[in-house]
Amino acid sequence: MSQSLASFQSLRLQGVSRDFGSHNALKNLTLDIKRGEFVALLGPSGCGKSTALNCIAGLLPTTRGSIWLDQRRIDTLGPEDRGFGMVFQNYALFPHMTVRQNVGFGLKMRGIDKAEAEPRIDKALATVRLQSQAAKLPGQLSGGQQQRVAIARAIVVEPPLVLMDEPLSNLDAKLRLEMRQEIRRIHAGLGSVTIYVTHDQDEALSLADRIVVLRDGEIRQVGTPEQLYARPAHLDVADFMGFRNRISGVVTGRQSELVTLDVDGATLSGMAGGAAPGGDVGTNAVAAVRPDDLLAVSETTNGLSATVEAIEYRGRDYFGQARSSGGAELFFRSSSRLGVGSAVRLGADPSKVLVFTGANP
Amino acid sequence: MTAASTRDDRIPLRMRLSARGLDAVTLLVLPAVGLMVGLFVYPFLYGFWLSFHPKDGLSVVGNYLRFFSEPRLYETIAKTLWIALPVTAINLLAAIPVAFRVRLMRRQRLLTTLLVLPITLGTVLVAEGLLNYLGPQGWLNRTLLLFGLISSPVKLVHNYWGVFLSLVITGFPFTFLLTLSYVTGIDPTLERAAATLGARAASRFRHIFLPLLIPGLAITFCLSFVQAFSVFPSAILLGAPAGPTRVISIAAYEAAFEEYDYSLASAIAMIMAAVQLAIVGLILASRGLFYRGPASGGKG
Repeated sequence: MSQSLASFQSLRLQGVSRDFGSHNALKNLTLDIKRGEFVALLGPSGCGKSTALNCIAGLLPTTRGSIWLDQRRIDTLGPEDRGFGMVFQNYALFPHMTVRQNVGFGLKMRGIDKAEAEPRIDKALATVRLQSQAAKLPGQLSGGQQQRVAIARAIVVEPPLVLMDEPLSNLDAKLRLEMRQEIRRIHAGLGSVTIYVTHDQDEALSLADRIVVLRDGEIRQVGTPEQLYARPAHLDVADFMGFRNRISGVVTGRQSELVTLDVDGATLSGMAGGAAPGGDVGTNAVAAVRPDDLLAVSETTNGLSATVEAIEYRGRDYFGQARSSGGAELFFRSSSRLGVGSAVRLGADPSKVLVFTGANP
Repeated sequence: MTAASTRDDRIPLRMRLSARGLDAVTLLVLPAVGLMVGLFVYPFLYGFWLSFHPKDGLSVVGNYLRFFSEPRLYETIAKTLWIALPVTAINLLAAIPVAFRVRLMRRQRLLTTLLVLPITLGTVLVAEGLLNYLGPQGWLNRTLLLFGLISSPVKLVHNYWGVFLSLVITGFPFTFLLTLSYVTGIDPTLERAAATLGARAASRFRHIFLPLLIPGLAITFCLSFVQAFSVFPSAILLGAPAGPTRVISIAAYEAAFEEYDYSLASAIAMIMAAVQLAIVGLILASRGLFYRGPASGGKG
């Protein structure tokens, strides 16, 4: 069964939905993934990303829709017949089996004889650099090593599709960076599709060829990391991409892409964000700016007045938190240490400000 | 100055003791220790001592010699095992599939409550109920007769099967609840991981669940067995206490309260304990052949 699925050109999700009682965890997910792609499903917890992954793996039946591997419908198959590799958030290593037995389990279940299985297990262990730990039980390994065993176990069967469910969330920061590179390297070596679920935008940006941002069970935006980072189409997505400042105002002018807002008497200009039109003069809008791009300046026409509430040193620059005259919380960057309680003017280059209008919340 | 500082550097006895886990909180175990000594250790040791002082005072091991020379007495070991071992095995084998189903259910509490009821009712009430239900004039026989399935009532009480059935009924909830706690203690993502690796339900059970369950099942078997081995009320009420269900506790009871030979009764109790210990020891020793670590899938 898995052999026939091994070579394929595309994976297609067609209106995949999943309900839990009256709650729609996943709504009408449609997505085409080509062979060799690394796709990240990104979203906050409860957005349906794990549900989507479990539906693809066959661990959760879909409520509506279908999943296709080329011309073959696979959502009607059980997880054991799909032949996908899955890496679980808690690794799910078999505690009573050695590393070697864990990695060899998939081959054993496929009835592959020992003579053929042994070199494949060796190769998978070498890929994750764990040859020396083969005889140990999972409980004797560190978290990072356990994670690598979980990856080796999933890839040893050379699956057409590798599914990863927040695989790095239980590791410390340094190990996470190392494992990111390993995962990318392993993906390149396999040449298969990897679908990676995460709530960490840094992981998604650094790993994926394409990012699917989910919110409330729906796709908010699909695009390359560069597209999502520069031009998030929704305020939600912008939030995820580090646009931490959300400044409400009223549109006072518009010249093609450039929108000018009145924010409590101050003027703020930015680029029209999102795909939806709108943003007529007099309507409400929200400007989104990264803390990195909101600078403390001495005098500016495109800026807001605020009072510094906290400031901290982050190596190259100072990052601060301020309260605008209208009461909004602002996060900004400064080249000097500003006194808490002092007045500050905060400005941003209009090209770094995204304005989302009422039709595009 | 130096003398004073060395004295001050010394860690107080109280802190040294607490570093070894001995502090005021440790005193809280005293009531329990008192109860254990008063209600278990002392009676046990006294019984042990008493068993070596037979009524006739001839030989120190006279009671044990008598037990193993009289068929009426030594046969009770085999008779009790013949009831207790199959009952325990059947309860355990029945509990495993039920536990596997119940593990996936949402209303576990309702079912658990229903199952605990037979335990709270006690063996005597269950025995009385079974006497009526399974007796020659009971519902079961009447129904079978009515539909012509049998021509004369099936004898299910006052023999081996009466005791057997009552022990299954009263023992199952206990066995089941223990089994359920072990089954639900296994990380469910292990099964899902096995499924994505191509293992079908039977393989998942054989390669994942069973090896992780065996230590728990061994303990469950031991506890259920000890319960069944000490059967007394149902062996008298539902069995044939003079014949095939003359279990070892009946022999001890007769020695103590019919012959008034407390010494022999104590010796029988000691033999009973030894047989139980032997079976439990055997099961727990074989458990050492299997994996005995945590049943979860990792997380550093």
